[in-house]
Amino acid sequence: MRLPAAAATIGLLLVAAIAVPVLNLAVPASSAVHVPTWAVSLVGKYLCYAMLALSIDLIWGYCGILSLGHGAFFALGGYAMGMHLMRQIGSRGVYGHPDLPDFMVFLNWKELPWYWHGFDNFAFALAMVAFVPGLLAFVFGWFAFRSRVTGVYLSIISQALTFALMLAFFRNDMGFGGNNGLTDFKDILGYGLQDDVTRAALFALTALTLAAVYGVCRWIVGSRLGQVLVAIRDAESRVRFLGYRVEFFKLFVFVVSAVIAGIAGALYVPQVGIINPSEFAPAASIEAVIWVAVGGRGTLHGAILGAILVNYAKTFLTGSLPEIWLFALGALFVAVTLFMPRGIVGSLSGRADRRPSPAVTAEAPEAAARAPAARPDPAAP
Amino acid sequence: MLLCRAIGVILLAASVLTGAARAEPADLDALVQDLGAGGFAQKQKAIDGLAATGDPAAVRSLEAMLDGKLYRRLSDGRVAIGAPSGQVIRLSDPLTGADLGDAAPADVDRVTINNRLRAGLRAALGGLTLLSPEPSVRRSAADAILKARPEGIEPLLRQALTRESDDRVRAAMEQALAAVQLSSAPEPEIRIAALETLSQAANQDVRALVAGLLVKDANGVPAEPDAGVRAAAETTLAAIERRLAMWGILGNLFHGLSLGSVLLLAAVGLAITFGVMGVINMAHGEMVMLGAYTTFIVQEWFRAHAPGAFDYSILVAVPMAFVVAGAVGVAIEQSVIRFLYGRPLETLLATWGISLILQQAVRSAFGPTNREVGAPSWMSGAIEVAGGLTLTYNRLWIIVFSLVVLALLMLLNRATDFGLTMRAVVQNRRMAASMGIRTGRIDALTFGLGSGIAGIAGVALSQIDNVSPNLGQAYIIDSFMVVVFGGVGNLWGTLVGAMSLGLINKFLEPVAGAVLGKILVLVGIILFIQKRPRGLFALKGRAVEA
Repeated sequence: MRLPAAAATIGLLLVAAIAVPVLNLAVPASSAVHVPTWAVSLVGKYLCYAMLALSIDLIWGYCGILSLGHGAFFALGGYAMGMHLMRQIGSRGVYGHPDLPDFMVFLNWKELPWYWHGFDNFAFALAMVAFVPGLLAFVFGWFAFRSRVTGVYLSIISQALTFALMLAFFRNDMGFGGNNGLTDFKDILGYGLQDDVTRAALFALTALTLAAVYGVCRWIVGSRLGQVLVAIRDAESRVRFLGYRVEFFKLFVFVVSAVIAGIAGALYVPQVGIINPSEFAPAASIEAVIWVAVGGRGTLHGAILGAILVNYAKTFLTGSLPEIWLFALGALFVAVTLFMPRGIVGSLSGRADRRPSPAVTAEAPEAAARAPAARPDPAAP
Repeated sequence: MLLCRAIGVILLAASVLTGAARAEPADLDALVQDLGAGGFAQKQKAIDGLAATGDPAAVRSLEAMLDGKLYRRLSDGRVAIGAPSGQVIRLSDPLTGADLGDAAPADVDRVTINNRLRAGLRAALGGLTLLSPEPSVRRSAADAILKARPEGIEPLLRQALTRESDDRVRAAMEQALAAVQLSSAPEPEIRIAALETLSQAANQDVRALVAGLLVKDANGVPAEPDAGVRAAAETTLAAIERRLAMWGILGNLFHGLSLGSVLLLAAVGLAITFGVMGVINMAHGEMVMLGAYTTFIVQEWFRAHAPGAFDYSILVAVPMAFVVAGAVGVAIEQSVIRFLYGRPLETLLATWGISLILQQAVRSAFGPTNREVGAPSWMSGAIEVAGGLTLTYNRLWIIVFSLVVLALLMLLNRATDFGLTMRAVVQNRRMAASMGIRTGRIDALTFGLGSGIAGIAGVALSQIDNVSPNLGQAYIIDSFMVVVFGGVGNLWGTLVGAMSLGLINKFLEPVAGAVLGKILVLVGIILFIQKRPRGLFALKGRAVEA
């Protein structure tokens, strides 16, 4: 079951990477199978979200780490790419300053802050796309996993982390464009961002990267390391007693996941054309978690499917029935957790799989052990 | 004997005050009419006459004259205050404020003044308000004099001081007098004495005045020529700054406790649902919001049906909010959460979904904009303490209210059957069930209790925050921080956590700015949890280990 699904996912993504650009560029607009450019960008955006969902599924579905702040890594990767695109604008900004982006001229800044240096170099920016989220995840994970912060505590502090970053990026003094974020990009590597060819190329690149990232994730969870991860998910204490350094396994997979999220953000920004602090909002991160839950956690391709389906529904509903969208999203959260804890993919392939469902194994053994005796006394001083 | 003397003094003071305040209306009117006389000398005489009456009723006419809004009607020579409105000037009586009809600009003459008269007017105005029967008016007159230090005010100030009976106003007047002397008296001794008086002040204006003496110009010559005065100024400045710093700390303390009590209210319900039941209720903020909207509806009802009793609407809103939010909480528990016990991450997602639904439901019903929730009269206003520190009544009430809620909750927990059964279910569910406790029912009621308390928090928050569908979102992360920081499952921890977070926030604010301060607090908590994963007041023992 597993391998055919993996092959099918990668195959579908490769087909999309070739077919969509061809149908957009080579097929005349009058044809029925022509894909308009806005649809290319829209689906490209979905694929970036799918990559974010994949990174969440890797840690949540396979290691039991529910991060409610993964949007932070996505946004940091996006900001790194956005900074490169800002520097590419050069003197074509509204104020025509050769070095400073418009918002810095507007704020009367005299020179580029030190952390903006190097971002005019594309390779450096790409390195930062992976390095900055990876570093943050390393530092955060190092502290959190070493002190055995688990379960809902980790969820809450990861949420606090992205909330703190959101507040920070809203500040004008931070030098990231404050409220408005980074926008008005002109081109990437000399190719205009509004051109159909660039957009089709970005789409193809996103689909290929998603396929590659999916392959990497599949390889990780299929390896011996992946088996340890699943063991940690199902019974963390036991794995520790067996002599494994649980915190290192968690740290590794958490950093990998953050880097994937950062790459997703970097691909997202040129296609959407803006990055602003609202990407750090805790609500955005929680929404990403529900994509994984809908598709089916612990399946990888389920995360991709969930992200695309939920976002398509969002585009559709916010366009035609904006009042309904939040009701629908809220109901989706409740319905999936109550009636479909294993998501779409998990429910469809459930009978073939003898293992207990990830939904139950994720927290249940420890929670069940705790439940009868361990709830603390509310009134104890 | 003592009593008789005291009464005598009061009577004497009263007769002096009323004698000053009650000039015959006819005389006053005649004097006001003289303001419109032809020559400046006659006008000055009228101003002096009005000042001599000591009647605050004359203030309006003098102020209008100073602002160039006093007019004389050409037809009958009557003096009136004019307010230009469109093509005409609307005239009103300078004493009674009665409408005297409109006049074309050609039909009236503006009462002209020169610089001499202007100075005379200012002195008269300062004097009249200084002699006002209202202590607060006298106080603000003294403060205004301290700020402006007009020339020639000294005799009036002394006169006011001799008859001043209110200690606080007297102190303000003495400081004003010292400030005036400091800027105008030629003798260094008087200036040094004035500085000594001013060293008791805790006031930015005084600080600026004293610091101004020590400023050196471009050539290094100090503004104050006398070295003795400069030395006195330095000690005075140090004393004032010490006092200002102290008031600043007290102010931070109050604002910190106020923020802490808000956090406590928002978090204490969460401490029950999260801390006691282990349920991550992301819809907790929406319970707060429901409480705030309940307050709004109750107030609307009072506005429509019993406007006289509006002051008591809050007292009705508190139980209503508890019932509404509590009922919604029980409904959520029965329909969703009870199927998810033991799966905290799933509960988190499901309750997040519920919070989205509740937000959108309120937005559809009441609109996305802020709703106006009024404050009852006993909650509006403020106490002004020295040093620019004002304690607003609504914040004071919220501090009191939050502590009362916490105390009641602890009482409920310790002293009632419900509290006992609740703790029993929490500690050992199966044993409790064997003893005949209906655990499912207790779960629902406990969740309802936590939600109801969130609703009560909404009543309090509606007094200081915007009532909008997003109200709850603003508090949810802070509330979680409080519970996690204080230690889960411990109401004392929630109290200490809320208050210390409030204080830390407010003491960081002046140093780092509001937003950066909040970021530092968040990062601090994230680091703190690494050190103490179970919070400040962690429960110890095997039972805690998961």
